[in-house]
Amino acid sequence: MRGLTRTLKESRIVEILRKVNFERYGPFIALLVLFGISAIASPYFLQIRNLTNILRQVSYTGIIALGMTFVIISGGIDLSVGSMTALLGGIAIWVLNGLGGGVGAIFAAVFAAILAGAAAGGVNGLVITKWRVAPFIVTLGTMSIFRSLILFASNASVVRSTSSIYPELGMGYFIGLPIPVWIMLLLAAAFHVVLYHTRFGRYLCAVGSNERVAAYAAIKTVWVKFFSYVIVGGTVGISAVLLSSRLNSIGSTNAGSSYELDAIAAVIIGGTSLSGGSGSIVGTLIGAIILGIVNNMLNLLGVSPYLQGTVKGLVIIGAVLIQRGRRRGQF
Amino acid sequence: MEHPLIRTEGLAKEFSGVRVLNDINAEIRPGEIFGIIGENGAGKSTFIKLLNGTYTPTEGKIFFEGEEARLTVDIAKQKGITTIPQEFNLISDLNVYENIFLGQEFRKRLSLLDRPRMKQRTTELMESLRASVSPTAQIDSLSVAQKQMVEIAKASAFNSRLLIMDEPTTVLTPIEIDILFDLMRRLKAQGVTIIYISHKLKEVQRICNRVMVLRDGEFISVDSTDSLSEQDMANRMVGREMTQVFPEKTIPSEETVLSVDRLSVPGLLEDISFELHKGEILGFAGLGGAGRTELAETIIGIRKKSQGEVTVFGKRREIRSPSDAIRYRIAYLPEDRQGTGILTQFDVTTNITLSSLRKYTHGLIQRRLEEEKAREYVDAFDIKTTSLKAKLENLSGGNQQKVSLAKSLDTDPEIFIFDEPTRGIDINAKMQVFLFIHKLVNDGISCIFISSELEEIIGMCSRVLVMREGTIAGELEGGAIGDESIMQLATGVTQGAAK
Repeated sequence: MRGLTRTLKESRIVEILRKVNFERYGPFIALLVLFGISAIASPYFLQIRNLTNILRQVSYTGIIALGMTFVIISGGIDLSVGSMTALLGGIAIWVLNGLGGGVGAIFAAVFAAILAGAAAGGVNGLVITKWRVAPFIVTLGTMSIFRSLILFASNASVVRSTSSIYPELGMGYFIGLPIPVWIMLLLAAAFHVVLYHTRFGRYLCAVGSNERVAAYAAIKTVWVKFFSYVIVGGTVGISAVLLSSRLNSIGSTNAGSSYELDAIAAVIIGGTSLSGGSGSIVGTLIGAIILGIVNNMLNLLGVSPYLQGTVKGLVIIGAVLIQRGRRRGQF
Repeated sequence: MEHPLIRTEGLAKEFSGVRVLNDINAEIRPGEIFGIIGENGAGKSTFIKLLNGTYTPTEGKIFFEGEEARLTVDIAKQKGITTIPQEFNLISDLNVYENIFLGQEFRKRLSLLDRPRMKQRTTELMESLRASVSPTAQIDSLSVAQKQMVEIAKASAFNSRLLIMDEPTTVLTPIEIDILFDLMRRLKAQGVTIIYISHKLKEVQRICNRVMVLRDGEFISVDSTDSLSEQDMANRMVGREMTQVFPEKTIPSEETVLSVDRLSVPGLLEDISFELHKGEILGFAGLGGAGRTELAETIIGIRKKSQGEVTVFGKRREIRSPSDAIRYRIAYLPEDRQGTGILTQFDVTTNITLSSLRKYTHGLIQRRLEEEKAREYVDAFDIKTTSLKAKLENLSGGNQQKVSLAKSLDTDPEIFIFDEPTRGIDINAKMQVFLFIHKLVNDGISCIFISSELEEIIGMCSRVLVMREGTIAGELEGGAIGDESIMQLATGVTQGAAK
């Protein structure tokens, strides 16, 4: 009899758990849990300075991850974003230096980086849609090309800015938050609206869900896919400006290295499926912050930086396993 | 007494609290062909998925040869229960014998593949099935009927005891159906038991020994097919008197709305010319592969034409993409529902507005407008769904088809091309589709009606074009439209000579 009441109680809990929409709130719950554990594990974690630092650190790859969400929803992938960051950072600083480093020059540099990013993304998109080469292959190729171009152009050195006000952009604060964090949040809001409330967003999901059906439904699938790569290129441009302004330079050999992994990881942890068709910008934002907190905690707890990659890898694999479990659980 | 091969006791299945199958007590005897009929959503698919281990029962038991069996996919396979799904499960990049032995390859020493033996065995299988399919042919290159043969060969390669066939004839031509039935009789003679699910009552009558009727998840009856007429079956399926009637034909006007002149696509279509009149239902008959779908796809700009002109409402138009087609008010209902018609992962609303999203976008997408419109269609077409937010994969075939129809209609077409609009849907839904088309032509919309069901073509169309091997073999009008005249044009031989 007691056994029966217990199983009844258990099934009640299972029932309640089942009612929570894990598909939707899973990443958010994971973030809360991680936040709670971190707050207990380290007294420094909850300090405002530490928290804003985490946000700033994730903003560079976080911004790229927002664009990456679109690409992945459409059924593609972009591996070239890391190398592209270095190349676009270089372009930004060259434009800045060439125009004297004043306020006008900064505007021109930002504009140039975003435009060049859109163009670089356009190249990816063109090859993928026009000649139908797999996105993985194309962006693996351009990953190598972009890195090689910045290495060649800078003679494998650090590209330094001569501007004294450029760092304001990446270092500055606005109402308590670093400027890059504001940009990430604003972009996230804008992208969220695009994904859920515009035709382009709907078409992205349709193309990723079943490209043939989308084509028969009179959706211009080629353009939808092309633009997703242009957009991710644009976000890389923004990120490259923020990164280069924070350091007032960009290292051609290592700037942006493994950014593609962090960006893709944030998207996946945020619940967007790698097979495309649906996804969430808020999820990606949460995914990026989860990665940031994990890194931060490992630092605070004095774990060797060489081991941090292992933990990050486990988090990524774990996130995918949990999601797959959720989807199976429905049947 | 001999045990039945399968016996179910109080079998029931629920999905998230909704009972889709209730208290089924059925017996399937060894060596019989057991038909299951019912409308979409009656529980046929759920029943067979319980038998082949895809689902586990919520309540009730399944006995296999008298012993209770807890069936999983693997256990069902061991017991020789195989299913030939509606959508085939073949890997198109591999060839025939590789597919047949997929996962159960013959091996030589060092675990290397024994290709000669697999090819040999495949040849034997194909011979015993009297199917002309080469063991080394690529799946891609096969016709639908041939693919089905491969599925059957795959099932019989591993000593199938119970073969479950879900709507096997929907994609077959009459001649291919004859071949399939021959094959089923031979399998039966070898002692294989077959469960046969179909919407085509005539075929059930012809091939099955007994037939079980399901309605709304409930068991209605099981009878010998000898004692049951087609009419009885139809009545039991829908639970009331049903007659298969087509709406009265309307008289089209003389005005030409669409004219196609010498349209060609290399290797697929040659010199296709025809005219469509306002308010007409123009039938396109022919065998599978005659080029009817390809013609429709070329008209709406999915395929590139190599020559020819398309004139819409008196103006020559270059239609390069489906969005051009929509601009010139041409809608297409695709033949392959899952492959080209609907997004199974999208919900009802977003599927319906997929092609007409522009109408609901004022700056941003106005969800409220979308949902209002979707609700109108759900009511008008009697689409059975738990909510507008239900994913299409959770709807039955007939309801999916209605969503697909709504999607095409929402582009406000003047010309509507239907490609096999009743494929795989039940009588009730079929009738609704016919009435729907009839209403469209009454509203002055002109329709092209592609169908492999001669009965439908004859019942619906005032004029029929018959296609054969990418050309128009002939045109029939009024009283000249009949089974025999169509088949004669479709095959290029007279009915007598074909047999």
